[in-house]
Amino acid sequence: MSGGGSAERGRARSAGAGKAERGRARSAGAGKAERRGRGKQGGDANVPVEQRVAALEALLTERGLVPEGFIEEVTRRYETEIGPMNGARVVARAWIDPAYKRRLLTDGTAAIAELDFGGAEGDHMVVVENTPAVHNVIVCTLCSCYPWPTLGLPPAWYKDPPYRARMVREPRTLLAEMGCELPEDVEIRVWDSSAEVRYLVLPHRPPGTDGMAEAELAGLVTRDSMIGVARL
Amino acid sequence: MARGAPAARLGRVLLVDGIHDLGGMQGFGAVDHAPAEPVFHEPWEGRTRALMEVVLGAVQPNGGAFRHAIERMAPGHYLTSSYYEHWLTAAATLAVEHGLLTREDLEARAGGSFPLSGPVLAPPVTDPGVGSTEPRFGVGDRVRVRDWHPPGHTRCPRYVRGKEGIVVRLDGAYSVPDIEAHSSARRYEATYSVGFDAVSLWRDGQRGVRVHVDLWDSYLEPA
Repeated sequence: MSGGGSAERGRARSAGAGKAERGRARSAGAGKAERRGRGKQGGDANVPVEQRVAALEALLTERGLVPEGFIEEVTRRYETEIGPMNGARVVARAWIDPAYKRRLLTDGTAAIAELDFGGAEGDHMVVVENTPAVHNVIVCTLCSCYPWPTLGLPPAWYKDPPYRARMVREPRTLLAEMGCELPEDVEIRVWDSSAEVRYLVLPHRPPGTDGMAEAELAGLVTRDSMIGVARL
Repeated sequence: MARGAPAARLGRVLLVDGIHDLGGMQGFGAVDHAPAEPVFHEPWEGRTRALMEVVLGAVQPNGGAFRHAIERMAPGHYLTSSYYEHWLTAAATLAVEHGLLTREDLEARAGGSFPLSGPVLAPPVTDPGVGSTEPRFGVGDRVRVRDWHPPGHTRCPRYVRGKEGIVVRLDGAYSVPDIEAHSSARRYEATYSVGFDAVSLWRDGQRGVRVHVDLWDSYLEPA
């Protein structure tokens, strides 16, 4: 974990400055808006979440704990460098290189490291392969475990209660609802990331892609296909 | 917890199966799924992600303690807030518990109520017990998950407790979260991926479904 030091800084930041423009209407459904939004519960009025974040940030900054530019750097990293485009490169490589695919399915962490992806939440990777007869899907029922180096930070729905509650109980129904209808004879393997391993689904290579180059193939691979809520 | 008396002495049952343990719960409705969404929906989410690292770096909590801080959120708050708000709440809670700042500081600066997580209910672990990095089970072995309700942090989901499954993979030995979240001591144990037939987990279990859960050795017994 980084972000500890830099005690020489004491730049106070006024909480909430420039954050007053709130209350933008959201098009989201009621349940989602409630979860993503204000964080009010049962009528007792907590301060809006943006204001709470600003308060924590200001207090930590005053104590010299937030190195200058650190917040912007973390945000930038996740917005531009760490995301499903990394996992897509792993998948495309596995599709064109049978030896790489074997290594990937035997020791996911090492094979992914060959492409220079690794680190927190990617130290113990297991890659599970979809075939015409088997469909894999990942979930974390207890929190939000997700392979950050290859898929980035998880989407909101992956961390919200409906997905976490239902994927282990009625995956066939839920997958169909999410647009991934599977024939009855396809076995579904659900992987609940409850310990140290993080999972990546290796999607089935779509037909008609034989002549494609690796980069072009990577462009076909979606985040959802590597979580296992979509087939390509 | 009136007058600071330990919960156990008040006769309060120390069963704290947390709201976070969501596997199999019903009534949540549809998944609000978008094929693509921004990494951060709002600027405060990215800032929260970074502040979480700042707090963890500063307080160096025991392994599992950050997750447990989320698990200690009031259930109503947990279910009605986004995961970034969970991170915010847990980071602020650990910052207060480790003396970086006070709740009063937070509320004064925020200008109102700043909900934090509830107290740790589990007693500190003084004796981590003896672990073994040697796996007791092999691939193909039939195991049963212990049926118990630990008072603190655990990574054993409720929906597999008491259920029988088959070891499908050995994953090496790791520190047991139940211990390290409540102690500076560590116990290392083998971990396994255990596969369960969905029909054995749920009365309405779907056919052709295997659910795999990753479990520490002491969560298991031979079946």
